Amino acid sequence: MTDQQGTDLNASPDRGGPAQPLVIARSLKRYFPIRKGLIGRRKGAVQAVDDVSFTVRKGETLGIVGESGCGKSTTARLLVGLTDIDSGDLIFDGDKLGATLTHKELWAGVQMVFQDSYASLNPRMTIEDTIAFGPKMRGVAPQQAHAAARDLLARVGLAPERFAARYPHELSGGQRQRVNIARALAMRPRLIILDEAVSALDKSVEAQVLNLLADLKAEFGLTYVFISHDLNVVRFISDRIMVMYLGEVVEIGPVESLWKKRAHPYTAALFAAMPSMDPDNRTEVPPLTGDPPNPINPPTGCRFHTRCRFAEEVCATMKPAARPVGGEAAHMAACHMLDPQSGHTMAGARGQEMADG
Amino acid sequence: MSVTAKTTINIAREEISDSSRGYWREVFQRLRRDPVAMACGTLILLLLAAVIFAPWIGLQDPVTGSMIQRLKPVGTPGHVLGTDELGRDMLSRLVYGGRLTLMLGLLPVLFALVIGTALGVFAGYAGGIFNTVIMRVVDVFFAFPSILLAIAISGALGAGIVNSLVSLTIVFIPPITRVAESVTASVRSLEYVDAARISGAGPLTVVRVHVLGNVLSPIFVYATSLTSVSMILAAGLSFLGLGVRPPEPEWGLMLNTLRTAIYIDPLIAALPGVMIFLTSLCLNLLSDGLRSAMNVKD
Repeated sequence: MTDQQGTDLNASPDRGGPAQPLVIARSLKRYFPIRKGLIGRRKGAVQAVDDVSFTVRKGETLGIVGESGCGKSTTARLLVGLTDIDSGDLIFDGDKLGATLTHKELWAGVQMVFQDSYASLNPRMTIEDTIAFGPKMRGVAPQQAHAAARDLLARVGLAPERFAARYPHELSGGQRQRVNIARALAMRPRLIILDEAVSALDKSVEAQVLNLLADLKAEFGLTYVFISHDLNVVRFISDRIMVMYLGEVVEIGPVESLWKKRAHPYTAALFAAMPSMDPDNRTEVPPLTGDPPNPINPPTGCRFHTRCRFAEEVCATMKPAARPVGGEAAHMAACHMLDPQSGHTMAGARGQEMADG
Repeated sequence: MSVTAKTTINIAREEISDSSRGYWREVFQRLRRDPVAMACGTLILLLLAAVIFAPWIGLQDPVTGSMIQRLKPVGTPGHVLGTDELGRDMLSRLVYGGRLTLMLGLLPVLFALVIGTALGVFAGYAGGIFNTVIMRVVDVFFAFPSILLAIAISGALGAGIVNSLVSLTIVFIPPITRVAESVTASVRSLEYVDAARISGAGPLTVVRVHVLGNVLSPIFVYATSLTSVSMILAAGLSFLGLGVRPPEPEWGLMLNTLRTAIYIDPLIAALPGVMIFLTSLCLNLLSDGLRSAMNVKD
């Protein structure tokens, strides 16, 4: 098998070492312009992602949660370079996209699994051709690419002799999503963005795919960014969780810390809306009502103040900065109540409560 | 080890080539189960064969006739379909006329298919300013009824077969571009195109491998339905004296010259019209059948 050397796809090398975060997103911003009229005059913009900063460490799984329309998917597309960044930096293993890193080089390290398992497979291609397409584009010999595709099909639990020549419409949703995972893996990425990748699957299939993802992560040394609206799924698979609201990060922290202390009222509301398995543990807090405000014209100050139970004047006028929760630097939240100097009447009390745990 | 590896690769290769042929084979299988489409397809094929082999199937000269034999009715011995106003054999003229008529029906659509698909796919995939410019220009052409546009262009270029071909091609580019643009735009937003982009494939490869295959069948089906329109328009141009010139036989032109004989022998005068009607009906029904056969998913 020595003749395979040089034709096989190798994972892009770890350049920055273990301490270098795999991804640093710095003040990412993406506004979608709304154009009207014949010549397309700009009439405003949907502020899909506004000033979002976070890091993804090597080997971890970062879960991103939030309501529909909060910018999760746009963040995912920014990370994988499918949507252009308006401003801000995306740094992949020490290389800044657009400066020392081209999109092609980024795609050698980052792949994505989409939500709609059917729309993400070419209906006119067999699944083997679909999986082998990417590596062939990267210069792998066709025989190698197809052999690798069949190996990967076996690895994700689809017997190649039965499935390789099938078309997407001949597979079930769970099988198709396995194909999508195999397709992403075929590119030998270091980071896989899973954008609601299991949300459309039924519960038993979802569990199988989640277990498969966990196994593959260990086997291939992968890093995941896992986007979902299902908090239980995110808790199962993630090391850290990032909560987004209306294009902004409101809270980020390790799973267990966040599960214990929901510092931001939005996080608390999101968790409270989660159905409980225990009849004695009924939801006491009224759930969030209404839709999120219009992202074309978002609220001033803290974007959540229009729906927040604790909102005060300061919330409408000043944008809260991210502050560590309970003295733990890894757990940050952007809420005035955590800042004793903010002028919020509950600032001291809640800050103390959070600090005590 | 290397031997087994090679055999598996060979097996894989065979299956790949199998699967890429599989789609068209399945379409054909489905088409065969559609009696209407099959009947129409057979008729079209028969007509094409007759038209192609016209000089070798023992037909009389379509251009020279005998004045004594003028306007013989259908069924006259020696002239199965009668003779026209100059005593020329109608059967022979209809077959030879089919050559030009079918050419004028198929070629403009074929040219327009190539140009319109290229324009539409480019506009739909590139989007932005390219889309705006191409589609607004197309809109200008849409402002005119197609027959008027064909007459105007043909008239400006002058009578003749080549000019008719050019004018009909120009007439059919806008509708094909529009269809190609709209299906491309909808395919472009699908995630498999995104997935292909992040695999590092260039835009041309993405279009060729992932977009074209999924937009061609609706465009193709639409173009098939245009062939009958093209034939009718071509016949109309000839009727007006802008297309084929006498004594060359062409169905539209024959309709024009036989017009004067309509009170003497209406059946003879109607024959070219019947041919136009039958051929375009068959083409339309065939394209309908093709449309449902190409929809492999259901």
